[in-house]
Amino acid sequence: MSKVVFKRPKALADVVTHYCPGCSHGIVHRIVAECIDELGIQERTVGVAPVGCSVLAYNYFNVDFFEASHGRAPAVATGAKRARPDLIVFAYQGDGDLASIGMAEIVHACNRGEKFTVIFINNTVYGMTGGQMAPTTMPGQVTTTSPYGRDVNQIGWPIRMCELLSSLKTDGFIARTSAHSPAEIIKTKKAIKKAFELQVANRCFTFVEVLSTCPTNWGMMPIQAQKRIEEELLPYYPLGVFKSPNGDASKS
Amino acid sequence: MTTELIVAGFGGQGVLLFGKFLALSGLKEEKEVVWIPSYGPEMRGGTCNCTVVVSDDPIGSPIIDAPNTVVVMNKPSLTKFGPRVSSDGLLLINSSLIDTTSDRTDIKIETVPANEIALELGNGRAANMVALGAYIALTKAVKFDTVLDVIRESFAKKKEFIDLNLAAAKRGYELAS
Amino acid sequence: MAKVLMKGNEALAEAAIMAGCKLFFGYPITPQNEIPEYLSRRLPQVDGGCYLQAESEVAAANMLYGAAGVGERVLTSSSGPGISLMSEGLSYIAGAQLPVVVVNMVRGGPGLGGILPAQSDYYQATRGLGHGDFRVLVLAPSTVQEAADLVMDAFDLADKYRSPVMVLGDGLIGQMMEPVEFKKKEKVELPPKTWAATGYKGDRERSIINSLYLDPLELEENSWRLKARYDAMGRDELRWELTNCEGDYDVLITAYGSTARICKTVIETLKKQGISVGLFRPITLFPYPYKQLRDAAQKAKTVFCVEMSTGQMLDDVKLALEGSRPTQFYGRTGGIIPTPDEIIGQIEKILKGEEVDKR
Repeated sequence: MSKVVFKRPKALADVVTHYCPGCSHGIVHRIVAECIDELGIQERTVGVAPVGCSVLAYNYFNVDFFEASHGRAPAVATGAKRARPDLIVFAYQGDGDLASIGMAEIVHACNRGEKFTVIFINNTVYGMTGGQMAPTTMPGQVTTTSPYGRDVNQIGWPIRMCELLSSLKTDGFIARTSAHSPAEIIKTKKAIKKAFELQVANRCFTFVEVLSTCPTNWGMMPIQAQKRIEEELLPYYPLGVFKSPNGDASKS
Repeated sequence: MTTELIVAGFGGQGVLLFGKFLALSGLKEEKEVVWIPSYGPEMRGGTCNCTVVVSDDPIGSPIIDAPNTVVVMNKPSLTKFGPRVSSDGLLLINSSLIDTTSDRTDIKIETVPANEIALELGNGRAANMVALGAYIALTKAVKFDTVLDVIRESFAKKKEFIDLNLAAAKRGYELAS
Repeated sequence: MAKVLMKGNEALAEAAIMAGCKLFFGYPITPQNEIPEYLSRRLPQVDGGCYLQAESEVAAANMLYGAAGVGERVLTSSSGPGISLMSEGLSYIAGAQLPVVVVNMVRGGPGLGGILPAQSDYYQATRGLGHGDFRVLVLAPSTVQEAADLVMDAFDLADKYRSPVMVLGDGLIGQMMEPVEFKKKEKVELPPKTWAATGYKGDRERSIINSLYLDPLELEENSWRLKARYDAMGRDELRWELTNCEGDYDVLITAYGSTARICKTVIETLKKQGISVGLFRPITLFPYPYKQLRDAAQKAKTVFCVEMSTGQMLDDVKLALEGSRPTQFYGRTGGIIPTPDEIIGQIEKILKGEEVDKR
């Protein structure tokens, strides 16, 4: 007798994605789909895809979807959720989309306490357009538009979105996790599940930043990329819950 | 009949309300009406005004070069709008705040001490209603009873103002009749 | 319902609610502020209603995208500079075939311009609202009553064509008070919004609200699908008004919106002097009633276009006439409203065979 111990979540479409080997998008997509399945909300979930590597996310989930313009996913999600508060709405955004061009939209959505969920993939680089510098690019990191390394005297320091958003007074769930190891992936799942649960309970704005790998644009093998998160990103981007609606925060 | 009015004064003198009550009275009598406020930088420069047209016929241009009636509640308004009254038109001057007049001979010039009368009635802010009463007596643009009804309805939520404004309009009307 | 005295902006806002508009997203800008102010009071009283002041016009347009995408009736309003900021979102909305209603109470431009009435956004509304092969249906009211009526129609037209519809007014229409009657509209039969992203239950294809087509053949297909709708609008939705066109006239005025009503006074005044002048007023600016204008121009020796711009609709007038009649143009802009006397002066010149002043 054989037993199914691992299968594709219902909310994940049975298609081949365009993501590169070793990229974290696939992992986070799966986690989101598992949460949708486990909460039984597939039939009322609507996703909002960004412009960036996950621009085609609408092909990868078995739920209704929007494709938003660059950076505006929180505004689109606001419109959808305000029009139909019974829907479960999530925006899925990368770092260029969310922390650069879409900075106003994410800050104001968070500050209004919009009751949807944002999954924020931070891989410190513009992926789709070919590895340009992002607002989250690390000091000294070489990209196609910072060939001498990010110079913080010219460009400033990488923007820490969780810290920035959790400084707002409005209630919210703000957490940073990482997808670089099985243990952290399990924690990522926990945080994303919590975010969706809070949305289902109509509690507050929910935001999970996931530190993610981009082996292609980092010029690394996947294992090296995972190591980079651990060694280079974690000291600057601490993991943990920065804010939760009952007031507790636990930074690691 | 078509009555064109520009009523002008300081911000706070109630000239927009003067115009609105005339327009509402016209509407009550099933006439065509239009009311346009001055807005924007013009509002900050000392005078506030609105244009009202009340007519038996459909109203084309709401912009009036030379209105057939002008009411001025302060001196800058006299300077600005006095010259624009059309020939044979009416210029009504609030003599409480304006100690001069227009030197035009082709128009009818009338005065009403609107602020003094309003103060006599207990509240200087009703000067606009004194002027409105006088204006109706002079122009017959609408029936005076209609104006009184509009005053009653418009202040329905602030009953304490009804009697004052009615009295002010009546005094203005009697004075100019 | 009895007539009430209302500002154009407020009448239009109430009409939107009567048309079933549930949501408004916008950002303050003069001279349309009475619309958001009115709706911030009224929409919370409506079942499922939501008024939200967005952080910018950029965000507002994308909130429209979200709300229209789940199938609700949604409105925004702004003025030139704000509409420019909405361009991006409106292009996505058009590409994704979403019905929304946008009001532009035009002020003088370019740039920050001024806050007084103008008609200088005609090109933007009819040709350049955003990137890509798209147009929007543009309705131009000339009275407060018409503004209210057209807003109600705009929601039906948007749903019918799955397209943004713009109501193009100006500061004058917005600020003016006139009597208005809110007529209960007959319900128009509209196709159900099966395309809306309301949750995938397996009983239809997944709804994906999208304007991205990486396959050029698919993108071309989408562009021609939109074009077919614009052609259908041109066939079925043209609106225009003729004034004093029954008899003979040497001069036919073309004007829209506020300018057209000023021209009506011109016509009445000239009539008293024994001079007959016609007026052609397009109500739909896109699609433009080309043939109807050409027909009305048959009796005229000259077609005289008057605008509160330096000459934008004039292009459409020339396209309509196809060179069959000479045109003259008179425009005031920057917030200056042409007066009847000014326009009469120009018509007298035309009748004498002289060139009109450019302004």
